[in-house]
Amino acid sequence: MGVTKKFQIILDSRLCKGCGICAVFCPKGVFTRDDDGKPVISDDMVCIGCKMCELRCPDFAIRVTGGI
Amino acid sequence: MAGVHVYDRFLRQDKLPHIWCSGCGNGIVTNALIRAIEKTGIDQNQIVVVAGVGCSSRANGYLDFCGLHTNHGRPLAYATGVKMANPKLHVIVVTGDGDSASIGGNHFIHACRRNLDITTVIYNNDNYGMTGGQYSPTTPTGAKSKTTVYGNIDTPFDLCKLASAAGATFVARSTVYHVTQLAELIAKGIEHKGFSVIEAMSCCPTLYGRLNKLGDGPAMLQRFKDQAIPVQKARQLSEEELQDKIVTGVFTDRKDRPEYSDQYQHVIARAEGRE
Repeated sequence: MGVTKKFQIILDSRLCKGCGICAVFCPKGVFTRDDDGKPVISDDMVCIGCKMCELRCPDFAIRVTGGI
Repeated sequence: MAGVHVYDRFLRQDKLPHIWCSGCGNGIVTNALIRAIEKTGIDQNQIVVVAGVGCSSRANGYLDFCGLHTNHGRPLAYATGVKMANPKLHVIVVTGDGDSASIGGNHFIHACRRNLDITTVIYNNDNYGMTGGQYSPTTPTGAKSKTTVYGNIDTPFDLCKLASAAGATFVARSTVYHVTQLAELIAKGIEHKGFSVIEAMSCCPTLYGRLNKLGDGPAMLQRFKDQAIPVQKARQLSEEELQDKIVTGVFTDRKDRPEYSDQYQHVIARAEGRE
């Protein structure tokens, strides 16, 4: 049985300034960072949809959709 | 408006990306503010956001409400005018520590004293960010800034104690790490009838953080997490134990003081001989 993705994380690279707050405080380690410090979604299957990345993003660059 | 994301509802997307630096806490406070407004369910067209001058006050330009970008330190004076002209409007002031406590300090204490129904969100980043990192009335003693390179010898204001003592009827504080609490407190402030002050501890990694070797944005947020202590717990601790702490939560929530614009309606009624 295949595991389906519960939440979709949308990163807006135009708005992101690469502070890394999303990557550092994600409780599940969904993000890694590229050479510029910008987040890369490495494993969104483990996302629990807490939306703390979206709420703490100073650049309004993250949207988490799905779930309830 | 169900289904429309809060960013699409309340932010002027064409003005983004914003001018704030990477890791600046001001975007987080603004994020909490729009979520608080969403929570209250107030009609977008009934909200007026008034801002002064400074990094914090740039928030006004990105918020899709009626707005006023005013003189340095004077947003509360303008907000008073807006509220007195049309008491039905929900007036929210976005201001910084320098804007509200220094150049607008007098407006601040008198707005608290009057108890006019205005919600004031203070973005406190411990320095004047926009002008290059000079010390502000909330810069901690000993901290470095561009104008206190050997350490600050001033004693900072505790803005929450100042607001409570001056007569504000809802006073609370949170940090940019504690985003859900911050949004809840701002929502409570908006719903409160009377003058409400929410001090949002923000971070300035570019100036204050760099000068005091506090690290980047995530490191400064981690510091807020480590320093924060709920007000109930803080009451059991001594002044020394609270030295490096940031006390968070609701400090004042009074219902006993009359609201100013309500009182003024009675003045109008008396002048017209109706009372």
